[in-house]
Formats: sequence, structure tokens, C-alpha cells
Amino acid sequence: MNPLSDRQLEKMLRNAPTGGDLDRAVKGVLARAERDGLVDVAYAPVDSPFGKLLVARTDRGVVRLALPKHRGHQQTEDEVLEDLARYVSPRVLESPQRLDEERRELEEYFEGKRDHFDVPVDWELTPPGFRNRALHAVARIPYGETRTYAQIAKQAGNPRAFRAAGTACGRNAIPLIVPCHRVLQSGGGVGNYGGGPEMKRALLDLEGAL
Amino acid sequence: MSNESLPPFQALLDEHGSDVLGYLVATVGPHDAEDVFQETFIAALRAYEGLEHARNLHSWLLTIAHNKAIDHHRARGRRAVPAGDAEEVAGSVASSNSRPDEVVGGRDPELWRAVSTLPPKQRSAVVLRYATDMPYSKIAQAMDSSEAAARRNVHEGLQKLRGEFA
Repeated sequence: MNPLSDRQLEKMLRNAPTGGDLDRAVKGVLARAERDGLVDVAYAPVDSPFGKLLVARTDRGVVRLALPKHRGHQQTEDEVLEDLARYVSPRVLESPQRLDEERRELEEYFEGKRDHFDVPVDWELTPPGFRNRALHAVARIPYGETRTYAQIAKQAGNPRAFRAAGTACGRNAIPLIVPCHRVLQSGGGVGNYGGGPEMKRALLDLEGAL
Repeated sequence: MSNESLPPFQALLDEHGSDVLGYLVATVGPHDAEDVFQETFIAALRAYEGLEHARNLHSWLLTIAHNKAIDHHRARGRRAVPAGDAEEVAGSVASSNSRPDEVVGGRDPELWRAVSTLPPKQRSAVVLRYATDMPYSKIAQAMDSSEAAARRNVHEGLQKLRGEFA
């Protein structure tokens, strides 16, 4: 037989051996990372009647809940994960099991079977100051009740800052669990919502608040 | 950390996992590739926060994979060819679906058996060049060597392989 030419040899080498199950290998990495405590931010998609949510948590609690994209108001999933990597920790991994409790509570909420969330919140993505105080005030609004942006501004210590209260709600990192959908305009209008005004109205309807 | 922030670690698995596994299958064999893949990514995850920039993450991961593959071969003893590995690499090639027009396909098992007997640097360079289709500049980064050394390793590896089939 003639010696192989370089081209023949290179062609054979490009036909690399196959084998190894990537899916299983990735699962193995995740399991080991969880066991060794190397996952700082675990995230998972969660189905909802409004579309796919993305929920992320740290050891302290839920740090981010991204609503389905609505007319460019929401970040893409990639942008949400990039922000988590930048502002919380780059050790971000998809780990659905770590979010079982969050998923269960959200499902119950959407089915009308749950009127509060027991999962803890991690406020890491909320800067201190007015915005933080405003969102803490929002977190205390009971199920089925509403407040106005002016009321939230007052509770946050600056009654005239109702626009800033609106901005704080607009940048809420953990909607639904921190229920900014319960904050309305003073005139009674539902106002803006990251997931769209239709979603806000549907949530208020679910809670019997309209 | 610099302005160039690191992507979420999941993106490394999603974007580069396939290349890393392909490289490991060709260097340590399909049976052990998943274990070494795990070692590779866990080591990467431990070192990740200390990285100063997000450039060349692909090469960075393959460097770790290359080192883990060498550790693996060392751990398997000083035999240059762990027989099981070569058999498995060869077997997996034989069972992969070669297109009928690839007349050389039938010889692949012998070829990959021969690849697994190359010295570690030549083996890695040849696999990176052909199995994962990396340019020499990237191979140099992944193997922490010069581009000239990468070319030399590939060239010498090819020469040895051609010798096997002369």
C-alpha cells in the first residue's frame, strides 16, 4: 500500500471519533458543582400562564425573577444572566432542582392557591436608598390589595417622589414576589408593568383586587 | 475585575462543552472522557472568579482539558498506550456513521489507536488541529506554547502517524 499523503491523513483526522454524552457530562459537572458548593447563582426557567419566567437564587434567596419579554420592556434571558454574572457572581449555572420550592410556590400562586410567598428574597440587585425603601414598602402590600405610587413614595420617606417610586417599581428585580403589580396610578389607572399592562390587570384580577 | 466582565459560567458549558468533550474523547477515549470533562469544568469553575478578563475562554478551557488529560494518562500508569483507551477510541470511530464516500473511514480505528500512542504534546496538538479544527494561534494558547512549537508538534505528530501507515 502507498504511504498516506498529508491530505489523506488530515482528512481522516478530521473525522474525529465520537462518543461521550455531552448532556450527561454537563449534568455531571452541575451535580459536582452543587455538591462542592460552587454554584453562587442557580437559575431555571419556570412556566407561567404569561409565558416563560426565569428565576434565579443565591444561598440567601430569590435574587432575580425575569418576566416574559414584552415589547422590548424586558431583558432577554442572556442579558438577565449577564447582569447576574456582573453584579452577583459569575458562577451562574442552570440548576432546576435548586429552584423546586420557588417553582412550586409560583405555580400555586398562578392557580390562585397561594396568597403569599414563603421563599426568602435576596436584595443584592436592589441598590440602597430610596429605591430599596420603596421596594421594601411594595413587598409589604398584602395579596388582593393595592397602593398608589404616591403612597409608596410616602412610605419610602419622600411623599413627592411618586415618579421615583414608579421607576423603582419598573426596575424591580423580583416582580411577583415583590408585588409591584399592586401599585397603581393615583387616578386609578393600572400604570406600566414590565410584563405589560394586560399581565398587570390579569394578576390583579387573579387576586380579586379589581 | 476589569470592565470586560466574565460571562455567566453556564455560557462556557453551552458554548465550549462540545469542543472540550470532543477533544477529550480523542485524547483519553470515550469511556473516561466524561470524568475528565467533569474534572476540567470543576477546575475551571474554581478558578473562574480569579480570571482577569474574558478573552480566549475557549483556549483557557482547552488548556485545562489538556492538563487534565495528561494527569489522567499519568494516573493510568506509565504505559504509553492504556490498551482499553485505544480500543475504545477505535471502537467508537468504527461505530460512528461514516459517509460511504469516505473510503478512508475503514482505517480510522487504527489511526486513532495510533493517535493515542503519540507523546502528550503531539497528541494534543494533532487533536486540537484536526478534531476540533483550531488554528495554530489558538493551539499555542491552549497548550501554553509558541505558535512555532504548536506547528512543530502537529508536524511531528503527523510524521509519526504517517510512519504507522507507510
